[in-house]
Amino acid sequence: MNRAVLRSLGWLVLALVLAGFVLWWIGDGGVFTAATAWIALPILATVAAVWLALAGLSPVPGRVTGIAVPVLFGALILWLWQVLVTGFQVPQILLPSPSMIGARFIGSLDTLWVDFFQTFIRSAIPGFVIGSGAGFLTAVAIDRSPFLQRGLLPLGSAVSAMPIVGIAPIMIMWFGFDWHSKAAVVVVMTFFPMLVNALAGLESAGAMERDLMRSYAASYRQTLLKLRLPGALPFIFNALKLNATLALIGAIVAEFFGTPIYGMGFRISTEVARLNVDMVWATILVAAIAGSASYGLLALVERATTFWHPSMRETTH
Amino acid sequence: MTALAEPLPARPGAWARLKAGRTLPLATVLGVVLVIWYLGSLWLNAPAAVERLNRAGPDWTTSQFVGAIWALDRPLLPTPDQVAVDLWKSTVERPVTSNRSLIYHAWVTMSSTLVGFVLGTLLGILLAVGIVHVPTLDRSLMPWVIASQTVPILAIAPMIVVVLGNIGLTGVVPKSIISAYLSFFPVTIGMVKGLRSPDPLQLDLMRTYSARGAQVFWKLRWPAAVPFLFPSLKIGISLALVGAIVGELPTGAQAGIGARLLTGSYFGQMIQLWSALVMAAILALLCVTAVTLTERAVIASQGGRG
Repeated sequence: MNRAVLRSLGWLVLALVLAGFVLWWIGDGGVFTAATAWIALPILATVAAVWLALAGLSPVPGRVTGIAVPVLFGALILWLWQVLVTGFQVPQILLPSPSMIGARFIGSLDTLWVDFFQTFIRSAIPGFVIGSGAGFLTAVAIDRSPFLQRGLLPLGSAVSAMPIVGIAPIMIMWFGFDWHSKAAVVVVMTFFPMLVNALAGLESAGAMERDLMRSYAASYRQTLLKLRLPGALPFIFNALKLNATLALIGAIVAEFFGTPIYGMGFRISTEVARLNVDMVWATILVAAIAGSASYGLLALVERATTFWHPSMRETTH
Repeated sequence: MTALAEPLPARPGAWARLKAGRTLPLATVLGVVLVIWYLGSLWLNAPAAVERLNRAGPDWTTSQFVGAIWALDRPLLPTPDQVAVDLWKSTVERPVTSNRSLIYHAWVTMSSTLVGFVLGTLLGILLAVGIVHVPTLDRSLMPWVIASQTVPILAIAPMIVVVLGNIGLTGVVPKSIISAYLSFFPVTIGMVKGLRSPDPLQLDLMRTYSARGAQVFWKLRWPAAVPFLFPSLKIGISLALVGAIVGELPTGAQAGIGARLLTGSYFGQMIQLWSALVMAAILALLCVTAVTLTERAVIASQGGRG
């Protein structure tokens, strides 16, 4: 604890007091008028105090500040959102306040769970597993044929630039309205990123290492299992992380084209039409939590399986 | 004469060269895709064709069967030539201003894609400049920019369109806002990396020249960041296109590629659906190619080897 940190904590306490005062004063809102323009002072003071605290904390190295600084910044944004929306009485249709979204989230956990189950567990996960698995197996299969690789790689990178979610209506016509069609969209979306990355990963083993394996008289299989697949892992995890987001996007957007009466995409499109914007935000909150959680999980698995890789060495700084 | 009669060295290697190049493998793969597509449409459309033939009478020949498949109004999987014919009809044979012309719809989508892409790129660069120059922003904002990549932001698209439509903003603006926020994250991440890419030696050299901050930025950081900018722009523009298409879904299918997809889906017009999809793919390729060409020109003009 040096003096800069202590001073930052002091600013933080001041900011908390000011922030609490502003929230208490605003109450139910609608207080921003010409007569009460002085409320801008404590608001600006809070922002300034948080900024000073952040400026004091951010040069401090270490894990704790690495987490605390962005969290504080996020809290400041949330607080500003709350204060401005309630203070100016922004219509709820335009932008609901965070507290309202939170209340709606807590209040409709049942609905949100049903939607989450339909979209994430039933559509996104099977599609993710099948698509990434198929992409990986295809990469291993065509790994021995440079001819096929040269044919498939440009196709793969062209497809990755295309709006694949557009195939959703076709899949709905083929596989019906339920989760099968969404999973099919996710399969197509996740196949090519995995294919391209896994091929690049399998190629990443250096000439020296391959020569060493040859001097051991290692068979193709042994070289693949002991050298090239472990070497490909960082690339594969990159694709998996990318695919995790793509899978959720694919499953949600495919539901915009047609779905049974539950699912996150269905909830978003119908509640938007009924102008229940707080419910839409609550669903987006679920999507954000699901997306970050699956990304974090993959990152943890990656750290556990590719701890030897040079890209993992930087984590201590 | 004898010297001329010597066999040309390139000749025996032509096949090998073709095999080692990219054209032949790509053509082979595309050919296989086409064959699978035809087989798939024969297989998927067979039940409907058989039903239609049986209505006329129990005996029919293979050629009648194949003919029936091509004659289906709403095939489950249209054949590539049906899609190509529809694409030709809806682009060349219709006036560009008619709302049955695919060019018109492509233009509607493209305009909001481009507006959003330009806005998003500018915003992304500004944010990156801020993050690189203000350490506090780096520690507090950058984690959120990275975390936002894991969030399916595209899901917000319908809300933005409907909410902005509610306060009277319709047409290009809401769609390009979606395109802008989709394309600005990759640009920010790429530019932060690029603006940081000059190594300490080069920065020290600038300091020994007593260069001001703006000079360091324009003479060192910015040129160093340009090679990082373009890959992000490629990701950004394809995301912007997806954003514009998805942004067209909730507006009740008025115009644009997304609207064509939606009406095709509602009325089971598979051929229209496929030609809209092919059009979207063409647009995506055009966008990425345009960025690639710009990249080559810019890098070459900076004296690099693009």
